[in-house]
Amino acid sequence: MQPFRSHTGVAVPLLKDDINTDQVAPVQAMRDLKPDYKKLLFMRARAEDPDFVLNQPQFGNPGILVTGQNFGAGSSREAAVWGMLANNIRVIVARSFADIYRENCLQNGLLPVVLGAPDADAFIARVVAANGSAPFTVDLETQTINGPGGPDIAFDFPAADRMRLLEGLDDIGMTLKHTDEIVSWEKRMAANQPWLQTASRS
Amino acid sequence: MPETLFEKIWDAHLVAQRADGRELIYIDRHVLHELHAPHAFETLEKQHRPVRRPDLTFSMQDHTVATMPGRDDHTNPSGAAFVKAMREGSRRNGIKVFDLGDPEQGISHVVAPELGMVLPGATHAVPDSHASTVGGLGALAFGCGTTELGHILATQVIAIKRPKKMLIRLEGRLAPHVTAKDVALRIIADIGLSGARGHVVEYAGNAARAMPIEQRMTLCNLNVEMGGRSGFVAPDDAAFQWIAGRPYAPKGAMWDCALALWRTLKTDDGAEFDREIVLNCTGLEPQITWGTDPSQVLGISGRVPDPRGTSDQSKRAAMESALSYMGLQPGMGLAGLPVNRVFIGSCTNARLPDLQTAADVVRGRRVAEGVVAMVVPGSSTVKREAEAAGLDRVFRDAGFFWGESGCSMCAGGNGDRGEPGERIVSTTNRNFENRQGPKTRTHLVSPATAAASAIAGRIADVRQLGKA
Repeated sequence: MQPFRSHTGVAVPLLKDDINTDQVAPVQAMRDLKPDYKKLLFMRARAEDPDFVLNQPQFGNPGILVTGQNFGAGSSREAAVWGMLANNIRVIVARSFADIYRENCLQNGLLPVVLGAPDADAFIARVVAANGSAPFTVDLETQTINGPGGPDIAFDFPAADRMRLLEGLDDIGMTLKHTDEIVSWEKRMAANQPWLQTASRS
Repeated sequence: MPETLFEKIWDAHLVAQRADGRELIYIDRHVLHELHAPHAFETLEKQHRPVRRPDLTFSMQDHTVATMPGRDDHTNPSGAAFVKAMREGSRRNGIKVFDLGDPEQGISHVVAPELGMVLPGATHAVPDSHASTVGGLGALAFGCGTTELGHILATQVIAIKRPKKMLIRLEGRLAPHVTAKDVALRIIADIGLSGARGHVVEYAGNAARAMPIEQRMTLCNLNVEMGGRSGFVAPDDAAFQWIAGRPYAPKGAMWDCALALWRTLKTDDGAEFDREIVLNCTGLEPQITWGTDPSQVLGISGRVPDPRGTSDQSKRAAMESALSYMGLQPGMGLAGLPVNRVFIGSCTNARLPDLQTAADVVRGRRVAEGVVAMVVPGSSTVKREAEAAGLDRVFRDAGFFWGESGCSMCAGGNGDRGEPGERIVSTTNRNFENRQGPKTRTHLVSPATAAASAIAGRIADVRQLGKA
């Protein structure tokens, strides 16, 4: 996985709650095993709504998406993360994330930042005021956001997830260090609840 | 210390704690589908990593498959590459595929329990957000993305942070024609789209207990629509009887051992939850969504709400946008609105009793002129059983299309979809904009309400059908 240390780019305000992955990555855009992930991102809104934020010229080269509560609700489709990366959006700042979407972000080096109410309000106001004219930087090492219109904003991030992103750690590799424990769990379960360790027609 | 059932299942499956603090939870059954698994196969093969337990893993062809009778790989041309990659990837990795033409093919969340692959107290993972459907049997299931799916293939564990615990107690008695679907929609309306975010939900109480297993599956299926990480009903005798004799279920002495353990799968008295909610189901009427997310719900006799009545700016904007998209005005009733299309199917509501309920409404009647009505069974087994019971004749005689099993119009991944502007009454799980086709207007309902609406040609209160 590509490590994440910091990312600088234009912050795009998409100020709605509950944006779902059908909106981010429409299933109609996934008709191919290798779709164009750059085009797929918010494909319908980009095609149909000239005022959609990503259609506005100042946001033509986005870097950070700024949004509301429960971002990424709905389907578990990971294309909704791959589409962000294909457009160089490597940070999403939200009031909250849907569980599966947040996990998918962490698996791909896309930084899901959650800001509480006062910080989120202040940051959104600055993003709206900047209107794409100057970039923001989100730094995971210092856990701060800086950019036009005010002082640095600190954000919380779980230490464990932070390390994995900073180092770009191989998730499967980390788990395979526990292979001995997996094997002994399987042996124990094969003795105690054998019906769980076999899935055959009997 | 008293424990919840969630904690008992979790602790029994806890393999280790990883250096980053995540817990490794063993996955007893892993079920894949063709929309996402091919990418994971490719990634693992590039990394030269084998599938750890192909014998505990199963592949389904469900998301992209055509529903036309006599279908093959190419009936839905855009699905052909997925179906082929799934078939070949599964074979290379020694995973059994429930392929097109297999008499047991179907939607993963329907097939896995119906064949007895998923068992009470077992853990289950699917690269699909509706994985928790199998919670109806008392299994703990996690939906995941494609990279996580690869992780589970390579390790047979999921690396996850321990979720919080929520109890939803369903009290009272459901009235006739009111089902788990109506209850679930009411819960989502009450607690919101992210009301269960970060939580595993245990559904309990008299009304949950009184639900047949298939309805418990519908209840647990919709858990993700309020953001829940997983959801289940503690297994009881009804669940054990439902499982007994299914092809992959334990038999003989092993069944006896399993049953003895399964009887211990309950939350202890006095165990604590992070959050508890009670819903009295007595007096609940059939529910229907009016808007563009599953929390925008009305009783069938209710009136569309006025956004001006809410002070939450974001909610008001969402309501206004939904009203406009759905072509509705505040204060109007939904019952009586003309309907273009009716879909009965999906992992939410396409098990045999769902089809029986719908057929009971349809029997001896005709689909209204101009309405396109479809029934797509949840699995090929359900289809066969329905045909043995004559349900296909009931539907076809009434003018319904009777299809081959798959996810079909739920997300339209197989090309089944409505036309722009159509009003669709659907037994599925998401009424998001454009989900069932560009500019389609979806109303989520139970199978009974869907069937009644197909007959009436209008959104109908199933309790009134035949009374007029």
